[in-house]
Amino acid sequence: MGAGHAHPLYRAGTSGVHGLPPQCKLVAVVAFVFAVVATPQEQMWAFGLYALLLAFVAAFARVPPGFVLRRMAIELPFVAFALLLPFVAHGPRIEVLGVGLSHSGLWSAWNILAKASLGAVAMILVGATTEPRALLLGLERLRMPALLTQIATFMLRYLDVIVGEMRRMRVARASRGFEARGFRDVTVLARSVAALFLRSYERGERVYLAMLSRGYDGRMPVLNEGTATVRQWTAAAVLPGAAALIAVASWILAP
Amino acid sequence: MTTAASLEIKGLAYAYPDGTQALYGVDVTIGRGERVALLGPNGAGKTTLVLHLNGILYGGLGSVHVGGLAVDPKDKQGLREIRRRVGIVFQDPDDQLFMPTVREDVAFGPANLGVRGAELDRRVAGALSRVGMQDVADRPPQHLSFGQRRRVAVATVLAMEPEILVLDEPSSNLDPASRRELAEILLGLDVTVLMVTHDLPYAAELCPRSLILSGGVIVADGPTLELLSDEELLAAHRLELPFGFDPAIRHS
Repeated sequence: MGAGHAHPLYRAGTSGVHGLPPQCKLVAVVAFVFAVVATPQEQMWAFGLYALLLAFVAAFARVPPGFVLRRMAIELPFVAFALLLPFVAHGPRIEVLGVGLSHSGLWSAWNILAKASLGAVAMILVGATTEPRALLLGLERLRMPALLTQIATFMLRYLDVIVGEMRRMRVARASRGFEARGFRDVTVLARSVAALFLRSYERGERVYLAMLSRGYDGRMPVLNEGTATVRQWTAAAVLPGAAALIAVASWILAP
Repeated sequence: MTTAASLEIKGLAYAYPDGTQALYGVDVTIGRGERVALLGPNGAGKTTLVLHLNGILYGGLGSVHVGGLAVDPKDKQGLREIRRRVGIVFQDPDDQLFMPTVREDVAFGPANLGVRGAELDRRVAGALSRVGMQDVADRPPQHLSFGQRRRVAVATVLAMEPEILVLDEPSSNLDPASRRELAEILLGLDVTVLMVTHDLPYAAELCPRSLILSGGVIVADGPTLELLSDEELLAAHRLELPFGFDPAIRHS
């Protein structure tokens, strides 16, 4: 699919990770995240091992570190929140570089940072090795309610169309001398957004008519039945399996 | 049933729920294998008429039969068969192509009819090859050129093996080469065609017979070149030939 048109999150490849059915990868990544979240924050070595596991997966999937790091920007809001915690949390304080920081706040910040980063990297790796369309198929095969996957599928299909319309409207505005200068211009932009909403709404109606015309009766036909083999499930289980072992060990070794 | 006309419309009248009367009694019969152009100015009721052919609009007076089967919105089974028989290609291919890949889009119609497996694959491959688009089966529609999308849109209804192919402004927004390629494809199909357009030369090229719909009634029905030669008739219904086009040259 998508010859020559890469999605920003997806990185085409032929690795074993790319080849796994999407439903296997989704289950694997969720299981991995559960293992990470279940690990006590004091067991720092465990988080190092998780990171190492992900690094192995990335290397195996031939996803370069820079690709992953740039996309970790998605995590920034959480990072900002985590960095605030040592300053605002209660409890005994310790002195760092002359600033009094909350002891429990520091641990919470570390906890959020470590777990969120590991989760984000795992998700980025799934996104990098699975096309958006395939992810939705995976969700469908995992019995996600059809209505939700249908909405997401349509969003994926029409995102480019809507962005294209938005771009044309911007060009039309600029061609008639409009430049957003200050807050007052927000009304112009708001009207554009309203127009875009109406256009999209009308398109939705036309698409629905086209669907009815081809026999749509409220259920999407299932066109992509793909079952994963035991072998593929086993391969996908390697990452969460290893993570689960680490999580169990971290509890056993916990003081 | 084999002798029934592809399309038979009798006394069709329709007013929109807001009271706007769009059709005032339309009578049309199109025989099997005919290619007919439906001409008319903007607002003549062309789209309203088209949406009656497969029962999306209903509730006015008159009747529509497709291959002998009446369009009856209360008869769910019958309506499904009607929607198989009437293949509408809408004007904007982005409305018509809503699935993530071309293959899934072409499969959508037949799959709704219960076609599965190898037969479904055969239908998809067949429809795409009839419009010369078999190479793009796995691409998302938004990554095709406009001309390619229009051709795929035709394939999506061909896959349903329709009794009549209804095209809404098939030549709009196409560059001259895409326009000609589409004409060649349409001329090569062995299916009844009703083409809604105000591209008069395109009608002349593709359809031996034309209807003019104006003010909600059929005001003319005859050989396309004859109608296009009648300047008074065209002018009375806001239809005009493009500069330099002379139907008489084709006539002779």
